[in-house]
Amino acid sequence: KYERGSATNYITRNKARKKLQLSLADFRRLCILKGIYPHEPKHKKKVNKGSTAARTFYLIKDIKFLLHEPIVNKFREYKVFVRKLRKAYGKSEWNTVERLKDNKPNYKLDHIVKERPALGQPAEQQPQPGSSTAGVLTPALRPQAGRPRNSSCSERSSANRELASVTRLSCGRNANKKVFLSIKGIYYQAEVLGQPIVWITPYTFSHDHPTDVDYRVMATFTEFYTTLLGFVNFRLYQSLNLHYPPKLESQVHTEAKTSEDTYALNSESSLEVRGASSAGPARKLGRGLSPASASHGAAGGPNSVSGPSSRQEMAAQEEDRRKELEAQEKHKKLFEGLRFFLNREVPREALAFVIRSFGGIVSWDKSLCIGATYDVTDPSITHQIVDRPGQQTPVIGRYYVQPQWVFDSVNAQLLLPVADYFPGVQLPPHLSPFVTEKEGDYVPPEKLKLLALQRGEHAGNLNESEEEDEEEDDGDGEEEGEKEEEEEDMEADSEKEEEARLTALEERRLEGKKPKVMAGTVKLEDKQRLAQEEESEAKRLAIMMMKKREKYLYNKIMFGKKRKIREANKLAEKRKAHDEAVRSEKKAKKVRAL
Amino acid sequence: MAVEAGRTGCGSALGARWVGLGSSVPCLLQPSLLDAPAPSRRLGSDPGLSDSDSEESVFSGLEDSGSDSTEDATASEEEGEGTSEQRGRMDRSPGQQARTPCSRMEVASMPGEDEYAEDSSDEEDIRNTVGNVPLEWYDDFPHVGYDLDGRRIYKPLRTRDELDQFLDKMDDPDYWRTVRDRMTGHSVRLTGEQVALVQRLQRGQFGDVSFNPYEPAVDFFSGDLMIHPVTNRPADKRSFIPSLVEKEKVGVGHPGGAPAHPTPAPAPLTLPSLQVSRMVHAIKMGWIQPRRPRDHSPSFYDLWAQEDPNAVLGRHKMHVPAPKLALPGHSESYNPPPEYLPSEEECLAWEQQEPEERKLSFLPRPFPSLRAVPAYGRFIQERFERCLDLYLCPRQRKMRVNVDPEDLIPKLPRPRDLQPFPTCQALVYRGHNSLVRCLSVSPDGQWLASGSDDGSVRLWEVATARCMRTVPVGGVVKSVAWNPHPTVCLVAVAVEDTVLLLNPALGDRLVVGSTDQLLSAFTPPLDPASQPAHWLEASQEERQDGLGRISPSLTSLQPVTQVTWHGRGDYLAAVLATPGHTQVLIHQLSRRRSQSPFRRSHGQVQRVAFHPTRPFLLVASQRCVRLYHLLRQELTKKLMPNCKWVSSLAVHPAGKGVSWWEGGTWRATKSPPPNLPPGDNVICGSYDSKLVWFDMDLSTKPYRVLRHHKKALRAVAFHPRYPLFASGSDDGSVIVCHGMVYNDLLQNPLLVPVKVLKGHALTRDLGVLDVAFHPTQPWVFSSGADGTLRLFT
Repeated sequence: KYERGSATNYITRNKARKKLQLSLADFRRLCILKGIYPHEPKHKKKVNKGSTAARTFYLIKDIKFLLHEPIVNKFREYKVFVRKLRKAYGKSEWNTVERLKDNKPNYKLDHIVKERPALGQPAEQQPQPGSSTAGVLTPALRPQAGRPRNSSCSERSSANRELASVTRLSCGRNANKKVFLSIKGIYYQAEVLGQPIVWITPYTFSHDHPTDVDYRVMATFTEFYTTLLGFVNFRLYQSLNLHYPPKLESQVHTEAKTSEDTYALNSESSLEVRGASSAGPARKLGRGLSPASASHGAAGGPNSVSGPSSRQEMAAQEEDRRKELEAQEKHKKLFEGLRFFLNREVPREALAFVIRSFGGIVSWDKSLCIGATYDVTDPSITHQIVDRPGQQTPVIGRYYVQPQWVFDSVNAQLLLPVADYFPGVQLPPHLSPFVTEKEGDYVPPEKLKLLALQRGEHAGNLNESEEEDEEEDDGDGEEEGEKEEEEEDMEADSEKEEEARLTALEERRLEGKKPKVMAGTVKLEDKQRLAQEEESEAKRLAIMMMKKREKYLYNKIMFGKKRKIREANKLAEKRKAHDEAVRSEKKAKKVRAL
Repeated sequence: MAVEAGRTGCGSALGARWVGLGSSVPCLLQPSLLDAPAPSRRLGSDPGLSDSDSEESVFSGLEDSGSDSTEDATASEEEGEGTSEQRGRMDRSPGQQARTPCSRMEVASMPGEDEYAEDSSDEEDIRNTVGNVPLEWYDDFPHVGYDLDGRRIYKPLRTRDELDQFLDKMDDPDYWRTVRDRMTGHSVRLTGEQVALVQRLQRGQFGDVSFNPYEPAVDFFSGDLMIHPVTNRPADKRSFIPSLVEKEKVGVGHPGGAPAHPTPAPAPLTLPSLQVSRMVHAIKMGWIQPRRPRDHSPSFYDLWAQEDPNAVLGRHKMHVPAPKLALPGHSESYNPPPEYLPSEEECLAWEQQEPEERKLSFLPRPFPSLRAVPAYGRFIQERFERCLDLYLCPRQRKMRVNVDPEDLIPKLPRPRDLQPFPTCQALVYRGHNSLVRCLSVSPDGQWLASGSDDGSVRLWEVATARCMRTVPVGGVVKSVAWNPHPTVCLVAVAVEDTVLLLNPALGDRLVVGSTDQLLSAFTPPLDPASQPAHWLEASQEERQDGLGRISPSLTSLQPVTQVTWHGRGDYLAAVLATPGHTQVLIHQLSRRRSQSPFRRSHGQVQRVAFHPTRPFLLVASQRCVRLYHLLRQELTKKLMPNCKWVSSLAVHPAGKGVSWWEGGTWRATKSPPPNLPPGDNVICGSYDSKLVWFDMDLSTKPYRVLRHHKKALRAVAFHPRYPLFASGSDDGSVIVCHGMVYNDLLQNPLLVPVKVLKGHALTRDLGVLDVAFHPTQPWVFSSGADGTLRLFT
């Protein structure tokens, strides 16, 4: 018994450890590096040889895979090294210590990076990240930024360097797609070789380092992902004909020598600044690259057409693709021609990164950080990003907006009206760009508005409808009316079109209402309802006849669906209540004012 | 030669000092210093003086003169004396030698007897024994010293002045090779050999002419590997064992670091040499590895450059990629839409939940502006948790059922196509005050009998819901059964411990009359004592009372729970609630006989039923249903319904052949077709809300278990003609199902629920207590705990 089947496919963790002759810590490290994880067997008791004790199981194939791993020997060497070092320290034989440290064994992770599945594919096919690794990447990299004492400084800086390279690259290739300001940090999504990568950076505050975190585990992860990222970066840089690793440090040093405000120079920020400023050539290259690939894609299409019937379809697809590409290009040039100035108290790094990756030019106060290219007084500034209201006398010819405007514009892929984002104004909600609502999900009204804007409808229409409602409620919509008139004046040429469209909309709305209004003779409805009832009853009866297992499954699915609907309804209700409250408050204010 | 002596003296003095110190090492050194001049003197004193020896002595003298160039003037006196003088010197030398011991005695007197060690040395000048005194002291004397015999050695008579010297220089052709011996004051003329020797030495050549410094070198110990050893000597043992000295120095064998022989080596020398020896030892032992060459290859390169795209790297099929992290939603925004903000109660609930149970790991909070957003406290923890999940969490591939729920619903024939069946409530029969436990329909379908807890049996007209009669029976009526025989109008009523046979006197007069006749034709049993039940004749009052044609009743002294008729109407089975084997009694109406068919009991009997056509009796005990062959008196089958508690039982009436499937159409006739399937289908209702359909031809296990009801089933019934069956349950509903049994044995029964009938109100958690079908119409009657009977048509 237990000599065949699943019992022979699994091995407990302790046995695996003994087989590999590794300590638990080393075993963990190896597992992390090689990407080995425990498996949950289907029949735990069978695998556990009849026992029901809680055990962790690894696939025996995985462990065999670990058996001839060269790095295991390196671990052992390292263990011996540590022992010797400790001994030498204990005897205070400093010469020995020095010599041992000189001969410290080190290992390389190249082969592991190459063989890790899903990561090890050639970069063109699948450069690891994917949105999946977002989770992986971020844990590995970001904690580095605030690692406590037991992490070596060099490691941290190397991780930061890799990340800086990525950011620079995405900056250069305009690969950035979405940004989201969450309460946990700032999420970025960039597209590298067609794969979306998501990463999170915490807000720039010092961390209080939790004690319930095993930093060794994180260090191992960081070690691996830093290596991996280095290789991927190399690949990406190479594809742009750039040298990797870019020479950051030397530049920093020269900078430090030349710049007069060295006190403001902290290595990270300067690194980032350098990175951003050196993105110029990369950007050019990236731009040169993308049209080429696009044309290639377009050329590839017709060649593969087999029959004349499918040609039209292909043409349509091509058209779609071209449109998409155009939209992408447009998105990439979102901030082109705009000059930004960042005030204090705004997240400078994030903003600079985002603005630059969308083609904008950005500067900040000279005393804030190095890298400022122009001053506040520069008349060519179009947008000044301000968080704290009422700080200075406004300058004519530029918009003063809150930082959220930049992020919202990027997510909306268009320049949003700045009026909602003036300093001191109650900001519209910041929506997550990662949510794509499916049918039946709750869609916040702001998102609806945004979608309408994206579709090209004018914001005024939506406002109108809202305002109409308000008119009905309040009875004084004169101001809005005037506004509308003004708008109409402004768009005198497109008025007719607008009107036609409006009437069409109206008609459609009426049509939509018609069945309800006409909702016919009693007889008809009864018939329908009867049929419906009969139908539903038949369904109920059929459900009764379902087998137990299927019924369970069915009930589960239905429960999930119902819960979803319930939640959506709850959100909608909440929103309604909130809107009501706001409206009544407004009213009360008005009354008080009167 | 005086220099020689001086040197000797110095050497001896030195030697004395070393001796005084008692050290052995300098004693070893001394001979090496003094060896060189020793042979010359010895040989020099020899009469048979060889050339080389004389050369030696001359050489030493020459050297001296060379060094004392100031005395060249005095040396000129000895010009012209030639070799003869040298000879004379040679003769005198033994005399000089005699003097040395005294001079030695002066110096070496302190050590005393050790002088003999020095005495053997013959380095003293034997020509002049003045010893180690400056010769200037003799400047004013006519002699320069004393010979071996103590006689004065006189200076040459005539001191030569510069003129003489000049003349010598001019005249004497050997002037250049004449030197003055200071010890004797004579001039010595060097021989040609001596001159040649001097010249060679001056040129830095070896003194010996025959010595060849450039002999061809034979490289015995070259680095080349030879096939033969240089020496045939086997390797010493010591070359295999670590050197003791080194060991001492390294201090390996002596942890205390105290070697046996303390080395007198000077202190400043020790440390580096010790370290060196230690390191040498460590290298020998392999403790110190040479430094590895630094790796200068770049840390990053194009890893995937030489990638074979077809290479199967990696992993087996069981690889489960890590699940992705969910991307943040609107609620994570620093300024979320207001509907995503939790209310106060939700906040409280969130805080009270366990961290693992929370749907969101954070509480959504709004911030008026970006500068107000603080650092997120659990940032590192969350990243760490992700790390843990990645390497520590057991993964399992779960098949997500991605099915449309509509696909899960079985495709059944539409109920509309399976008509007729009862669809709606038509009549309500009101009258009972308490729950109606049982009901029965007359075989012609015109009358309905019901028994209730209020102690009465009511007889209803089906079509009008009119209560025709109320028969008070004075006890809880557990069961009512109408005799199925068409020519008899008789109802069996189970009241407490008696079974009443009641003639309701409804319907056809003829039938009623014949029934009365049947009842009155009573012949007393042959041996009443042997019967398990007593047949009693009803009294006159009973007969008259409330027109109840109450029949002979039979008592068995035990509470009766159920009565049921055999299909022919002659036999009557009654179930008693006794613990023994007499739970089932079968009474024969025509002969007024009772018998108990079983000898032992198999648990509490819940229900019995006669097979409609064949001589079978089905007995449902708590957990199983047994099928007995009545003629052979044996157990035929045991059906296992897998329920906790069987409550009801019904047998498919197919033997009567009312409806069947033939040629794709429905047929319904009164006469059974010849090849009708045997009525081997049985349904069982159970208190655990299951309805079990047995096809006895298939197996003794359930063919289908229907869990339609939410609560315990109380009654099940088959329609005698239509392929319908109904079940009534405590949840107050009657479910009518289409139960099609096919003529074809290969085709399994088709069970389709067609209608859920509701109408009974729940009272005391009881709903429907009994159901029965109309014998000819697709109607179903139900009696409920609310004291009503209902007809669904």
